[in-house]
Amino acid sequence: MNDNILEVSDLQVRYRVGRRRIEAVRGIDLAVPRGGIVALVGESGSGKSSVSQALIRRLAGNGEIAAGRVVFDGQDLLKLPMKRMRAIRGGSIGFVPQDPNSSLNPTLRIGEQLVEGLRLHLKLGREEATERAVRILGDVGLSHPEARARQYPHELSGGMKQRVLIGMAWSCEPQLVIADEPTSALDVTVQRLVLDQMQQLAADRGTAVLMVTHDLGVAADRAEQVVVMRHGQVVDAGPTAAVLHAPTHEYTRDLVAAAPGLNSVRLTASAAPVATEASHPILEIRELRKTFTLRRPGAAPEPFTAVDGVSLAVPAGRTVALVGESGSGKTTTARMAARIETPDSGSVLLDGQDVTTLRGEALRQLRRDVQVVYQNPFGSLDPRMSVAQIIAEPLRAFGLGGRREQLTEAKRLLDAVQLAEGLADRRPAELSGGQRQRVAIARALALSPKLLVLDEPVSALDVSVQQQVLQLLVDLQAERGVGYLFITHDFGVVRQIADEVVVMRQGRVVEQGPAERLLSAPEHEYTRALLEAVPGTAAR
Amino acid sequence: MTKLLRPTTLVSILVVLLCVVMAFAPQLIAPGDPLAGTPRDRLLPPSAEHLFGTDSLGRDVFTRVVHGAWLSLAAATLAVGIGGLVGGAIGLLCGAARGRVGTAIDFVVMRFVDVLIAVPGILLALIVVATLGFGPWSIALGVGLGAAGSFARIMRAQVLRVRGEEYVEAAAVLGVRPLGVLSRHILPNAARPVLAMAALELGTAVLSVSAISFLGFGVAPPAPEWGSLVSAGRDYIATSWWLTVLPGAVIVGVVLAVTRLARVIGESR
Repeated sequence: MNDNILEVSDLQVRYRVGRRRIEAVRGIDLAVPRGGIVALVGESGSGKSSVSQALIRRLAGNGEIAAGRVVFDGQDLLKLPMKRMRAIRGGSIGFVPQDPNSSLNPTLRIGEQLVEGLRLHLKLGREEATERAVRILGDVGLSHPEARARQYPHELSGGMKQRVLIGMAWSCEPQLVIADEPTSALDVTVQRLVLDQMQQLAADRGTAVLMVTHDLGVAADRAEQVVVMRHGQVVDAGPTAAVLHAPTHEYTRDLVAAAPGLNSVRLTASAAPVATEASHPILEIRELRKTFTLRRPGAAPEPFTAVDGVSLAVPAGRTVALVGESGSGKTTTARMAARIETPDSGSVLLDGQDVTTLRGEALRQLRRDVQVVYQNPFGSLDPRMSVAQIIAEPLRAFGLGGRREQLTEAKRLLDAVQLAEGLADRRPAELSGGQRQRVAIARALALSPKLLVLDEPVSALDVSVQQQVLQLLVDLQAERGVGYLFITHDFGVVRQIADEVVVMRQGRVVEQGPAERLLSAPEHEYTRALLEAVPGTAAR
Repeated sequence: MTKLLRPTTLVSILVVLLCVVMAFAPQLIAPGDPLAGTPRDRLLPPSAEHLFGTDSLGRDVFTRVVHGAWLSLAAATLAVGIGGLVGGAIGLLCGAARGRVGTAIDFVVMRFVDVLIAVPGILLALIVVATLGFGPWSIALGVGLGAAGSFARIMRAQVLRVRGEEYVEAAAVLGVRPLGVLSRHILPNAARPVLAMAALELGTAVLSVSAISFLGFGVAPPAPEWGSLVSAGRDYIATSWWLTVLPGAVIVGVVLAVTRLARVIGESR
């Protein structure tokens, strides 16, 4: 008997797109020892998800496995007939999908969905399977498992759903579980609990786990071995300690350096900052409050207080990070600060002037001083405009300069965000995520605003790109003395960019203060929990 | 590009090109006079000399079909133009006004549109023709108004969809004036499905225009027009089938070709 439950050799995957063939995986070797946890790490487009799908032969319709061997427990999975393969999927190989919100059947109760697999693979009777399902739900740490089994997926939170899926993956006593980005859609504190649960199950049952992730912190905390992929090839592999803590390969070193969880250094500007009086606040918000009305079918509308008395100040030329998990009200606060939404009460002061109730043309004039960068670089740029038109749009809106000057200014801004001038004629669809976010930043800077509100500007980007964009923001701030209100859920990013930190939870500020103090000696229990949950902390 | 090379698409392109030539330069295809008949040659079946045969006055039917293309196609195109512009404008305004100042306006106007869509298109066109007098241009107006309702609905739905996009909010936050947002961001992004629908609607319009002139509300004889050609052949259907079948086949062919192309355009978006 072999020590490795899974051995992959020379696996090649390609996709047909029109008449072209795209080589997504170009011959990788990989081994997962029995009972071991291996992390497959890479940025988007590295082919890591193609690998995880190829292993259980569930590639997208236009994908094919061109060559290679996938030996699982002594048999080559690529040569098995489909019928045997189906018995292995969900039976001896469990699968934890990426997005818990779309991976459960919304019309079936949780219990029924677990029972389905148990009856199919373990040939259990209905009652026995139902009993087992309830036990599994208890095993993955859900309270009141009997009640949960009778609930529908929409009645559970994202973290609970992911636990159900983990329970499902482990339900038929698999020898291997493949987890594809199991916690990317979850908040850090929830992520930590879910990963703990997975590790616990793997240890208790002796299951091997192949964890596909983009997050080096997660890999460093949880895996015994790490395989780093890039452009469809393995660039680095070995024990976690060797690969991540003393990286020898250049690409791995770059990744580790860029991973926000793993290094905790405040980025410094490449140039000396312009002198700004840090004392005077460019933006001040006082006691902001916003209530939405929740309308659920079949229930009376109930008020929901998203932001409940939040006050903060952004000094000129400094960065204030507004941190919180999803639902904490941080985005609503930012939207009110940027006057996209109107607060129910409280006031927004820009440069000492009350702008809370501005409307129409006066509000439009406010945009010269306050600009916004959105989270999703794919949604915030008009798909029909060229990059130059997008960047020049604010200039055009305020009638600054002629057409030619606007174009010159757009090119200058492209240069400022370190994009080639040649991109000026491209459309957003032809750019990568990082390039689009740079375009969005260039557009926001076109009017030389005093304040930028950045709503999760890097959370949709790969770590190495994330690092570059953050560095760019730091440099631009030093150059132009812009104040940043930076919304994020990621403490790694906070460490890299923030001067001051405001932590929010359930619409209220739980703690605020200078970044160095708050990050090294948090006073509030919740801040501490958030900080400890950052992946990569355990390894450091 | 490969979609354009499919045989059905190629044939459709060919048919549409032929239509354009027929409409603008009928002499190139049929050099004869569509109005001049030779009574001796009346009701001849199709032959090499008279491709579509001759009618009761001895006029060459093929020449009449080719020369009739201009009126039929121009009326259909005008109808789609009127429907698209009127409907598109209504849809754009309602979509833009909704949720701001004009939720009530939107509601009232869209209920009128519902009524417009509920009335059969032919009937609506007949009402317009009966009011304004016979002739291809009033048919075009009638058919166009009939189509305006669907255009308004599609445009409004598109405007509402695009208004929810992040780049539209981003534009307003950048300081673009509301009218600028509407013309520079919302309209270009909403217009595409409406254009695709206009292409699709052209085939239907050819059919509607022909149907109404078949009923006798179109051009005054002896000017040739596709619908009236089919109608004129009715009296001889038992003895001279070609008078109705061949012009009818031309109408069917053109409608199929236009619809096919419209689908290709719609797909390639």
